[in-house]
Amino acid sequence: MTPQDAFIVVAPIAARRGQDLRKLLDSMNSQPGIADPANPVVPFGQFDRLHFARFAVLDDPNLADIETYGVPRPNVPTYLAFLGDCDGPARELLSDLSRRAASGLRSIFACCEGFDDKADLLAWMQAHNLPGAATYVNWVGRTVRQIREESALQRALSARVAREAFASGAAAQQERRELIQFVQEEVRAGCLVLTPPEATPLGWALASLANAIAVPLIGLAALPLLLVLSPFLIIQLRRLETTDPEICPRPSLQSVQQLQLLEDRDVTNQYTALGCIKPGLFRRWLLTVLLALADYACRHICTHGFLARVQTIHFARWVFLDGKTRLVFYSNYDGGHEAYMDDFINKVGWGLNVLFSNGVGWPRTDWLILRGCRGEMSFKFYQRRHQLPTQVWFKAYPGLALTDLERNQRIREGLEMPRVSDTQALEWLKLL
Amino acid sequence: MSSRLQKVAASVELEDIQGLVRFAYKHHTRAVFLLLRVRDAVAARAWLARASVADASARDSLAPTALQIAFTSEGLRALGVPETVINGFSLEFLAGMASDAARSRRLGDVAESDPGRWRWGAGARVPHVALLLYALPDHLGEWQRSIEAQCDGGFETLARLETSDLQGVEPFGFVDGISQPQLDWERRRPVQDRQQPSYSNLSCLGEFLLGYPNEYGLYTPRPVFDARLDPAAMLPRAEDAPEQADLGRNGSYLVLRQLHQDVSGFWQCLDARARGDPAQRKHLAEAMVGRTMQGEPLVTLGAHASGANGSGAGAGQNAFTYRSDPAGLRCPLGAHIRRANPRTADLPFGSSSIVSRLVRALGFDAAARRQDLIASTRFHRLLRRGREYGAAMPVERALGGQSAAGETGLHFICLAANIMRQFEFVQSAWMMGTRFNALAGQSDPLLGDRNPDATGAATSGYSMPQREGPDRILSGLPRFVTVVGGAYFFLPGLRALRYLATVR
Repeated sequence: MTPQDAFIVVAPIAARRGQDLRKLLDSMNSQPGIADPANPVVPFGQFDRLHFARFAVLDDPNLADIETYGVPRPNVPTYLAFLGDCDGPARELLSDLSRRAASGLRSIFACCEGFDDKADLLAWMQAHNLPGAATYVNWVGRTVRQIREESALQRALSARVAREAFASGAAAQQERRELIQFVQEEVRAGCLVLTPPEATPLGWALASLANAIAVPLIGLAALPLLLVLSPFLIIQLRRLETTDPEICPRPSLQSVQQLQLLEDRDVTNQYTALGCIKPGLFRRWLLTVLLALADYACRHICTHGFLARVQTIHFARWVFLDGKTRLVFYSNYDGGHEAYMDDFINKVGWGLNVLFSNGVGWPRTDWLILRGCRGEMSFKFYQRRHQLPTQVWFKAYPGLALTDLERNQRIREGLEMPRVSDTQALEWLKLL
Repeated sequence: MSSRLQKVAASVELEDIQGLVRFAYKHHTRAVFLLLRVRDAVAARAWLARASVADASARDSLAPTALQIAFTSEGLRALGVPETVINGFSLEFLAGMASDAARSRRLGDVAESDPGRWRWGAGARVPHVALLLYALPDHLGEWQRSIEAQCDGGFETLARLETSDLQGVEPFGFVDGISQPQLDWERRRPVQDRQQPSYSNLSCLGEFLLGYPNEYGLYTPRPVFDARLDPAAMLPRAEDAPEQADLGRNGSYLVLRQLHQDVSGFWQCLDARARGDPAQRKHLAEAMVGRTMQGEPLVTLGAHASGANGSGAGAGQNAFTYRSDPAGLRCPLGAHIRRANPRTADLPFGSSSIVSRLVRALGFDAAARRQDLIASTRFHRLLRRGREYGAAMPVERALGGQSAAGETGLHFICLAANIMRQFEFVQSAWMMGTRFNALAGQSDPLLGDRNPDATGAATSGYSMPQREGPDRILSGLPRFVTVVGGAYFFLPGLRALRYLATVR
């Protein structure tokens, strides 16, 4: 099994280079916001371990919001973020990129502060690669190669299967055997490829195991202290929850249309959002702990197709910026924006509140999980207002949604099962 | 109207609500929709200030005629309503249905349905005002002429949408309008945000009327402003902000789309797939719709229908959910009525024990997850008020390819308090969505635009699950429905209408 990893290279955009940068980024697209996989600047399509990638200008127009809390507006630069999700270690992908897309990446990062054209590109990117506070992968171990091969398999089988009612289990078994034989011939002819999964890297497996054990142990060790402190923490939380200002004005039509211009060009969409964390150590620490827990859940529990009730997110990540005073969130999700937000409110509103209510202006929560984003329009205005246009977005398997990936994976699994019952044979045929 | 009219809470001001919110005007079988543009704002306002509009109180519901009036945002501007007032309406209303390519992409208004090809609704042909005229038989002609004469000074006529009475059957031949939300006129639903574990047909008033709490227990944003902007105290005060004037109260958004239906194309296509077998042809058509032509749902009536309480005509045909048919063996997963109203609840079906609910709420129940791909229905209901146009065409004539006198179709109308969450969501996620309920390669069997997706993959299929084998698939379906016009309107309360006609 090949685990997934992510990177986010963040650097301040140099003074007066913003326009050039945006022009360069736009030149990579075949339609607004959608990267041409073969664009000469960064030909994403050549990197067969890259699931998603994007360039986004992290320019927060709402920095002044924090003044409502009696805190001066932070003096932070406008960043360029280059981020992606890949199979295997991000370091290897960045290394690949620095070799095969060097001139394009150099021309992009030349618009950033402190980029020296003579410097080592890989070392520079790694130095600017920020750690994720929490990272979600829809299906840990599902690689780009696997997705593409299984999609081809599904297309071949769907076109081939007899779409009739099978009179008996034996007939279904017979049809399955014939299809397996067909696949074997196609594989021999080189028309289909079904690469077996690679061995799980030992280092990753050990680190994962260590994490799985260590986090609960740390929690256990901290428990007595937490119990002692809990009355104070609860009082502090309730005090903040009842006084933190809400800042949820409706965004302008123009800004929403600018975001919508980039959306619904594929079954999958991108989302990038940025905001300040509420002032004070309490909120900062609380968010740090909660994101650590979310990361733990993403690593060890929600690894196979769902993040609580939400089944439409391919990859998502939370990353702290500027000494944990700001947070950037990005995701790749299936379906339209309105459906995505609807899922958030109605299926995992509690989860959204737990994390994002520590952001400046979030609709008021009770006990961290109640209300908040259930204030439908306040939340919808809030998230649109904090969303940033994603200048360049790449998806390695356009046209495929998670429901497709999961079905195709089950087709592959069913194909490779040595022996199946009549019922299983029929269920497998129904997937086609 | 109906002899079994529901009770209405005292706080609901029926005299201030346009009748269409409460009545479908079924007895008023003659109707015409006049789409106007303002020619002379002064004259237009003068006419609007005294036009006789039918309200929702039952007393004159069988008056010979009923006039309803609605405005687009462009229309409000043309009348001279201040921008500060207009700005309080929703972004979708402000932008308009045909305003940008992203919206058109979402709604499936592309290729043959592209707004650039519309007869009305785009560019300089966006209507300002819609006058909906409903009349009892023999009462339309003269009344319509008199209204058009009165409007002549203030307005020019952009389009005159004639309707026809096909006796509750839409042009393809199916009984239509069976599934409708039941509005909570009594305001029985408590104003609170609470999870609804089972599907109910009862909708909070605020889903369809601005100024009342919606399914989240909240008031949808609308133009609510300082009472000083309403010096003559014409407007109601906001329930949630009693010191402020509420222009939205008792009003609704009205979505109007002219849908041209290719009746010959529909039946010829299915006849070819059925190899000329009439029973099989009908079977395919019914599988695409999800009901028989007479309106009976394909899933078993009454099964697991607790809370699926309908009312009024067709209630019996509306009392069901899809719990008994999770695989779509009776009613295919992508059938038109299953997409339009999937009858899902806030949680996927399951036992009502706390443990089971928690497991489902956290996503750990695999079977429940498979049933959880569709959003909860109660936030996405439409109150439909459409009317057919053109002549009825029996299947036999449709098969012969004889065109009826002129074209046929539907003037689709729906009311909603939130265009984005209700109409646009249903149209984009459920109707046009190519991955609705984990399907692929298809959108709505009736409304689908059939255009290949961005990767060139077909979306023109239709899957019909079978118990003993892989889905039967109809592939390469042609387009049956083309959008030829559309706009978003605001259907004001009566006091708001007078205010809009006088405010400067």
